Amino acid sequence: MSWPILSVVTFLPLVGVLFILLLRGGDDGARNARWVALWTTIITFGTSLIMLWHFDTKLAEFQFVEKHAWLASGIGYHMGVDGISLPFVILTTALMPLCIIASWRPIQTRVREYMIAFLALETLMIGTFSALDLVLFYLFFEGGLIPMFLIIGIWGGQRRVYASFKFFLYTLLGSVLMLLAIMAMYWVAGTTDIPTLMRTALSPNLQKFAWLAFFASFAVKMPMWPVHTWLPDAHVEAPTAGSVILAAILLKMGGYGFLRFSLPMFPLATQDFAIIIFVLSVVAIVYTSLVALVQEDMKKLIAYSSVAHMGFVTMGIFAVTTEAVAGAQFQMVSHGIVSAALFLCVGVVYDRMHTREIAAYGGLVNRMPLYAVAFLIFSLANLGLPGTSGFVGELMILIGTFKVNPWVAIVATLGVILSAAYVLWLAARVMFGKLEKPSLAGIKDLDYREIICLSPLVVGTIFFGIYPKPLLEMSAASVEQIVANYQRALEVAVKAVGQ
Amino acid sequence: MMLPAELLSLKPLLPEITLALGGMVLLMIGAYGGERATGVVNGLAVLLLAGVAGLVVWMPAEKVALFNGSFIVDLFARFMKVLSLAGSAIAILMSLDYMKGAGQRRFEYPVLVVFSTLGMLVLVSAGDLIALYLGLELMSLCLYVLAAFHRENVRASEAGLKYFVLGALSSGMLLYGCSLIYGFTGTVTFTGIAQAAGQGGVGLVFGLVFLFAGLCFKVSAVPFHMWTPDVYEGAPTPVTTFFAASPKVAAIAIFVRVAIDAFPGIASQWQQILVFVSLASMLLGAFAAIGQTNIKRLMAYSSIGHMGFALIGLAAGTAEGVQGVLVYMGIYLVMTLGTFAAIMSMRRAEGPVEEIADLAGLSRTNPGMAFFFAMLLFSLAGIPPLAGFFAKFYVFLAAIQAGLYALAVIGVLASVVGAFYYLRIVKLMYFDDPAQAFVPMPGMLKAVFGVSGLLNIAFFIYPAPLVATAAAAAKSLF
Repeated sequence: MSWPILSVVTFLPLVGVLFILLLRGGDDGARNARWVALWTTIITFGTSLIMLWHFDTKLAEFQFVEKHAWLASGIGYHMGVDGISLPFVILTTALMPLCIIASWRPIQTRVREYMIAFLALETLMIGTFSALDLVLFYLFFEGGLIPMFLIIGIWGGQRRVYASFKFFLYTLLGSVLMLLAIMAMYWVAGTTDIPTLMRTALSPNLQKFAWLAFFASFAVKMPMWPVHTWLPDAHVEAPTAGSVILAAILLKMGGYGFLRFSLPMFPLATQDFAIIIFVLSVVAIVYTSLVALVQEDMKKLIAYSSVAHMGFVTMGIFAVTTEAVAGAQFQMVSHGIVSAALFLCVGVVYDRMHTREIAAYGGLVNRMPLYAVAFLIFSLANLGLPGTSGFVGELMILIGTFKVNPWVAIVATLGVILSAAYVLWLAARVMFGKLEKPSLAGIKDLDYREIICLSPLVVGTIFFGIYPKPLLEMSAASVEQIVANYQRALEVAVKAVGQ
Repeated sequence: MMLPAELLSLKPLLPEITLALGGMVLLMIGAYGGERATGVVNGLAVLLLAGVAGLVVWMPAEKVALFNGSFIVDLFARFMKVLSLAGSAIAILMSLDYMKGAGQRRFEYPVLVVFSTLGMLVLVSAGDLIALYLGLELMSLCLYVLAAFHRENVRASEAGLKYFVLGALSSGMLLYGCSLIYGFTGTVTFTGIAQAAGQGGVGLVFGLVFLFAGLCFKVSAVPFHMWTPDVYEGAPTPVTTFFAASPKVAAIAIFVRVAIDAFPGIASQWQQILVFVSLASMLLGAFAAIGQTNIKRLMAYSSIGHMGFALIGLAAGTAEGVQGVLVYMGIYLVMTLGTFAAIMSMRRAEGPVEEIADLAGLSRTNPGMAFFFAMLLFSLAGIPPLAGFFAKFYVFLAAIQAGLYALAVIGVLASVVGAFYYLRIVKLMYFDDPAQAFVPMPGMLKAVFGVSGLLNIAFFIYPAPLVATAAAAAKSLF
């Protein structure tokens, strides 16, 4: 590539922000802001597709690399993507236009500010996934807190203030320790360059502390049990598109961080602490699934199910077998599609009835057949039905983990049953039965905008369920490299002890 | 015309001499012109400060020591002098509209600021304890008068009196410390002390503690911070702005110079003191600010916390640490001036307001101001990618290098607590229903606010100038 396509994709949304800033206020301004935001995100998506086209799946190295001097010697502006990060970049750019469409009618107040916040958030999210310098990564990673704080706090529901503060302070608290670990690594390795650090063997002690510090940050972001409590609040209070972004992209930053940093940079500590992750993951899978069963709020139920699914992801990542890691990577993308779709589905009925109580619905299939089909597809994908994208990832994770620790895999399988229970129960209570509530008598089926929003996600869910190969191939080389490097680092350590 | 050699050797002193003479001329203009001359004096004072800043930059860069080492000009002094001069000049610019509105248009204000700034320049360049004391007192005496500038206002008078009494007490402690140090080393120059001190001794450490106590008072670090909230709240807002800006810079500068130049041999002793002081300041700044309802009082606690963060760099005691302090003060100055520009614009038709609750719904009534103000607050909290993050980044980087892990960990945790009260203001501005709108921002404040807001947001794009200059300045001390 003769032009810095990655930086263009990353900062293109900010151009949209500039356009919106130039618009005048009032109703015209609001309408124009929507269109500018939509076109910006579509163009960004298109540009990211060019990148996908030129991406060489056989290479494990970083591609589209850009490097410039920035803060100090060893701390530079270094960007690039590989098979781990590119799927997330595409996921981000693909979901953003859908989020803008989903916000078209529900958001009627302060539309310009809303669009600005979303576009700024897009830049920060893409940057997080493509930064190849730890300080730069931190910049994007933490910067995302500001727009998300405002999105939850300004356009959120009843308890938005509480939820936004909890979200901000929880994630900030987790991240500051990571910053200190980054600094410690800088003084040891003389750089915060990620590819260099991946090749640097840090001392076992530093590995341990740094692993714990990174863990604090990513575990909160992921979120893992028991630091997941910010998530249900944030999800419930955020506007629909905010929940979509939270579930589909922001949560993946935790898993991405584990894959990108913890495994390659701290292999010894990873081996030592893997058992903790397994225990926390299994607790997350079983416990939060049980919690999801008793929820009365649809968004909360899906939020808890997200925590359970992320439990599978962490389990797969720290099993460090090719199958499990590839499965975790696949599961993250699949969950990005499915959870986004489920939140959009909740948004559809919320916009009509202004309640998320499960008890307020029932028998929707009678009045909303299209909606019922979509909702059912995503529900089944969420429980991991074969033929949907949810199945592939979970299966690979369970196979891969079974090789390492059968008991963990067996208990986790229990979670799959529980997830079937809560998802089907949700679908049954909302969709099926007789339409008895008088308030629902006039409810309308999906309009064209909602169809535009949901149909790409239906296609994605089924396509990747039947034919997961393209996605798996995209990450295969990078995943294999991570696992191989990890094994080699452990062998070297064992040899060193043997001598 | 040939100047005598003695006169030529005073050349490094040119900025100070210019400022002193200029200040006296301004005083004369004010004294003879009376109230009518206030506008002229204000304008000339700003020009004078800017011109002196130019002179400071224009002077040769190599290290010079005058008067047997009691006056030092080096890159470090240059950096801090430019910051102080810029802070003072902008503080005068920002005061113009406010003073007019409050019926306090008096020429003494710019003149006092100029003389106080002269004290800062001497302080920053001080190479011995005498020059240190001279500079400190010249700076402080002007500050005492400024604090009570609203002489009809009870709270302002109280603030001035409180500041004066406590300031005198701290000067006493500082002098006592100086005399002890002189007694145990037999010299007052920093280099002399450094040589004579060697590994130190009980008496010297005693003197050091008293000296540091005096300096802590000036930078308002815990446990000598008590005056800060009252003075910040009581003094007229332009004066508070000035207090929060350049005197802090100068005091931190001399703190650094004394510690690094005069006591390198007993670094392990003063490091302990600084670790405690900076920890206590960060924690108190974070926790005590939570309950505040007055925005000036809140900023007082915020500045206490920020001084704690800046002192982390000094506690590290390395060139990287000093670089961190310098970067911190540069960014702190920008953030503080911007924030106070916003506070000064909190004005309704019936007069200025100072309660945090008055900011409610600002994002509806004045979206531009709310946006920049919110970004400044996020920056003060240290959230990337804003400038405040980089300020904290460099000091923590130095702390980790020096192995001060506990300090670093507690420091970042304190910054999370601190984030809470900054968020509370953002919440008021963005999440709450609008209160009555403010009157439009005066032009000068708008300019300062806009520039500092943009610098704050865009700093991350090109941080090299500040960081590199600070690195060179820090090296000149070692």
